[in-house]
Amino acid sequence: MTTTPTTPTTPIAQNSQNAQNTRTATSSAPMVPARYRVVANHRDTADTHTLRLAPLDQPIPRFRAGQFTMVYVFGVGEIPLSVSGSPLVGDDTLVHTVRAVGAVSAALCQAGPGSIVGVRGPFGTGWDVEDSLGRNLLFVAGGIGLAPLRSALLEALGTRDRFGFITVLAGAKVPAEHLYRDEEESWLAHGAVVLRTVDRLEPDPCTLQVPAWDGSVGLVTDLLAGLRARPEHTTAFVCGPEVTMTHTGSALLELGIPAHRIEVCLERNMRCGLGICGHCQLGPDFVCLDGPVTTFDHAEPLLAICEL
Amino acid sequence: MTGKPKVAVFKFASCDGCQLTLLDCEDELLALADAVEIAHFTEATRTSLPGPYDLALVEGSITTPEDAERIEQVRAQSKFLVVIGACATAGGIQALRNFGDVREFTQAVYARPDYISTLAHSTPIADHVPVDFELRGCPIDRGQLLEVITAFLAGRKPRIPDRSVCYECKARGLVCVTVAHGTPCLGPVTHAGCGAICPAFARGCFGCFGPARGANTPALIELLHQQGESPERIARFFHTFNAASPAFAKASQDAAAPEDMP
Amino acid sequence: MEPSTTARRAVITAEALDDVLIALTAAGYQPVGPVVRDSAIVLDALGSAADLPHGRGTETSPGHYRLRDRSDGAVFGHSTGPQSWKQYLHPARRKLWSADRDPASGDFAPEPVAEVPVRYAFVGVRPCDLAAIRILNRALRRDENAEGPFIVAVECGDPGATCFCASTGSGPGCTDSGEGYDLALTELTGSAGHRFLVTVGTARGASILDAVPHAAAPQSAVMTARRIVAEARGRMGRTLPDTDLRVLLARSAEAERWDDVASRCLACGNCTMVCPTCFCTSVEDTTDLTGDHAERWESWDSCFDIDYSYIHGGAVRTSAKSRYRQWLTHKFGTWHDQFGSSGCVGCGRCIAWCPVGIDVTEELAALDETIEPETAR
Repeated sequence: MTTTPTTPTTPIAQNSQNAQNTRTATSSAPMVPARYRVVANHRDTADTHTLRLAPLDQPIPRFRAGQFTMVYVFGVGEIPLSVSGSPLVGDDTLVHTVRAVGAVSAALCQAGPGSIVGVRGPFGTGWDVEDSLGRNLLFVAGGIGLAPLRSALLEALGTRDRFGFITVLAGAKVPAEHLYRDEEESWLAHGAVVLRTVDRLEPDPCTLQVPAWDGSVGLVTDLLAGLRARPEHTTAFVCGPEVTMTHTGSALLELGIPAHRIEVCLERNMRCGLGICGHCQLGPDFVCLDGPVTTFDHAEPLLAICEL
Repeated sequence: MTGKPKVAVFKFASCDGCQLTLLDCEDELLALADAVEIAHFTEATRTSLPGPYDLALVEGSITTPEDAERIEQVRAQSKFLVVIGACATAGGIQALRNFGDVREFTQAVYARPDYISTLAHSTPIADHVPVDFELRGCPIDRGQLLEVITAFLAGRKPRIPDRSVCYECKARGLVCVTVAHGTPCLGPVTHAGCGAICPAFARGCFGCFGPARGANTPALIELLHQQGESPERIARFFHTFNAASPAFAKASQDAAAPEDMP
Repeated sequence: MEPSTTARRAVITAEALDDVLIALTAAGYQPVGPVVRDSAIVLDALGSAADLPHGRGTETSPGHYRLRDRSDGAVFGHSTGPQSWKQYLHPARRKLWSADRDPASGDFAPEPVAEVPVRYAFVGVRPCDLAAIRILNRALRRDENAEGPFIVAVECGDPGATCFCASTGSGPGCTDSGEGYDLALTELTGSAGHRFLVTVGTARGASILDAVPHAAAPQSAVMTARRIVAEARGRMGRTLPDTDLRVLLARSAEAERWDDVASRCLACGNCTMVCPTCFCTSVEDTTDLTGDHAERWESWDSCFDIDYSYIHGGAVRTSAKSRYRQWLTHKFGTWHDQFGSSGCVGCGRCIAWCPVGIDVTEELAALDETIEPETAR
């Protein structure tokens, strides 16, 4: 992160006490968000921002990389957002990377420091970084999919000596949509290999100039060809559009990475986070409980069924 | 300058019932007047402020060459354009002309049909200009209109589900008039929003809100046949306020010629 | 099977039903149960036993429901109606919290709605609906040991043509062990007079019985009740195919039958609304015109609604066939994976209240016929 987090404001004792009491008193409590203040808003790309949030109420429990929260903008609504910050950070702040695609996400992107939002969570499963000690880690991201992976990447880089090679393969449509370029140096300094690719390299329609680009052109799966890591000693974390994940998963299987060592991050209509509203079902799974992170051997047959 | 969003209400071919829904908002009317500046609303005030407008509510369908031009001007003056009611979203009851010969009507009705300048079809606003939101109903529902305005003010998506009337009917705990009474009902293919008014009075749904998203009209036509309705009557069920909506227009055609159905 | 000797039983007269309601009211419960309204038997508050549907039966078939008169004057001689206890346990719409925003600072504090639970007494709960209450609570991940409504169950003597609780193992009788009920009744309308055999399921059930005139249950009444339930079991209107439905549905994802049912299905959502175990909801975040007062509401939703599966870029299940498949597969198949049981209790509501009469037992049988049995390997 380029922004320095400010120390979270002291939780208002009275309020957090109340929140705690009401949470046990009524059944609607799990649907009540805790208040967080936006302490930093960093613009990553034209439509994507990274926000750091500090709790005003009792903070939500500690998250694991890969988990998501439900973020509420007053009067606008609530959306699921994967945590994109490091779980190793010692304070109670939360970091989310948001792409403006709807009313809530657009409002979040515009939420300046001082804005107050609501947060519920953390929900779901996380990337199994802990279970991959001593292994090579391969992160494969398509577009905004790099955001949920960043959390696991920072965790791994923060305890770098526990892992073998750490490789990041990131794809985006065009150079301007690549996330976290400004912190790539810090990843490299921690011994990560970072390869980026774009789907196309075309002149900007306004300036008619071809954007500067030092990465590859092509699909993110094309980058796999250059990998030399020992597949049986590699854990892959994959996040991106569904079609990217299925293609990448298949390609990784072909490379020889065991299916249970390929983790993907699923997206369905997560609404309650508690497995009680039903919306995020994918076959037998509630993605908010059994996902979003799951192994490819579990996800592949589910994703293979059209409109499941 | 008040800083409040400027709202304008425009009328095209319609009965005014939908825009009157705005005045019908009794309890919320003062709050509404506080929240927005009514810049143009001939049913309520003689004041007419020039555009541009933040929100335009457009009632009625396009039936004359002049209106086809006027809606372009309204669109150009409006940041956010919401069309309200069956006329504006589907052409309204006057779209029954689309299935006949307008010249014939005008000659039968008017002493001087040569004074009448009208288009062959009554068409929804979205056929002419881009529309930001379509609010259904004949007339529209007061609560839904407030929701659309409130959502616009809050910068969020209006919570207007495009599912069937059955959802509202069951949520109210009503007894299904088709299953329990054998009454023909368009509820299963009709867009929710009215709160299932007719079934609450043991009547079948008349389809005032037009087709629900993904409405399976062939399956309902088959059911209406089984309930003993003639092809002509079934065709007429769909031939009301939303007759020209693509789904209902096709349904009335399908019903009238059942042998052509898949 | 011999009647259990451990359960406490008694016999009360038909008139004593009123005393049961009085005792329940005196104990602080709000009795709700079946009443006739709009030519159907619905659930509503009971003022007295006179509100119950004396002498009214039901005639059901796919997409069809009619009341009929019964010559035996039975009070509980009807099968399930358009409503279920879900409307009390999991209301169609409820407010979760509200919050006011300080326009200057933008600060807000959500105030949860303090729910004052009504102490309901559910009178006339069918064994299928007992199972449904249990399944619904599990699906909503509620504390199964929390004190629930007082339940007066009534064993089924006259199942409807759309009933198949014998196939789902959830009826037509109650268990002697008192599972799910405080008091269980069996209605006896024979020559010995209109009476109810009462089986006590819980201590609070016993205390209500103690407040009502009752007599010791003769063995003959117990045996008659047994016979009534056994005969009802033999008169089920429908059955589920005799196969492992989990396996069947897991292998049916690409079956052609889904196209067939989708051509008939209105996707109107009625089946899910009347289902006593369908639990899906959505939450709406609303505001008032000032924009400074916000509320969150929860309301019933359905997998038949296209927006139910909405994610950025569009809904996952746009075709009607995928939505019907989701419903049926969830109810009879993946429910096991999620909650350790089937989601269906055989009440038949979805069959009767489907306007076009789609019959889940028929659909499952059709899938069973078309899916090749897996060859042994």
